[in-house]
Amino acid sequence: MSGASMPWWAEWLTALLVLVGAAFAAIGSFGLVRLPTFFRRIHAPTLGSTLGVWAISLATIVYFSVQGSQLFLHAVLIAFFVALTAPVTTIFLMRAALFRERQKGGDVPPPAHGPHRPPRVDDEGTETPSNR
Amino acid sequence: MTPVLFWALKGALFLLAVAMLCALARLLLGPSAQDRVMALDCLYINGMLMVLVLGIVYASSVYFEPAMLIALFGFVGTSALAKFLLRGEVIE
Repeated sequence: MSGASMPWWAEWLTALLVLVGAAFAAIGSFGLVRLPTFFRRIHAPTLGSTLGVWAISLATIVYFSVQGSQLFLHAVLIAFFVALTAPVTTIFLMRAALFRERQKGGDVPPPAHGPHRPPRVDDEGTETPSNR
Repeated sequence: MTPVLFWALKGALFLLAVAMLCALARLLLGPSAQDRVMALDCLYINGMLMVLVLGIVYASSVYFEPAMLIALFGFVGTSALAKFLLRGEVIE
């Protein structure tokens, strides 16, 4: 606990950002429990993985920059990494869920095989189940 | 460390623990497999945020590498599980 020499505004800013980020993460995870179906639930945790991660990363940047009296930007790396990977995993998971729901015969939109996207055909000439 | 920052950090750790418990509940209850994968992803993100907050609590910048590694392995794990759900195999 060597943060005794920090100015008051840095401590207040760190406290505010940490609390806001943790509150966003908690609200997002509570939505994960509360919402009824998977396709509504998938929206909830993105609150924690965008605003929560950014707020807590900014809090660590403020705290360690003021405490070490030099700019500390490692936490931006984490925020950028999560900002890059969270949409990828969400889209991947969404497509997997749509595929599985269609196989079960659930009430989801059909695959978008428009005139510009012919159905994929494998080596034996049979149509493979596409996940789009 | 002033009382304001001390109690804010305590509150943030409490909120993140509640968030991890919510994700754990969905992980255990989740009716379908994709629910469990999504809850695991959320659990990873919340754990990473908790490690970052602990880095502020102990005023040590050593905690960044674990947070980075948790984010990395969370991404790899969720991608592999989503791929498994989609195709039935991870590597074809």
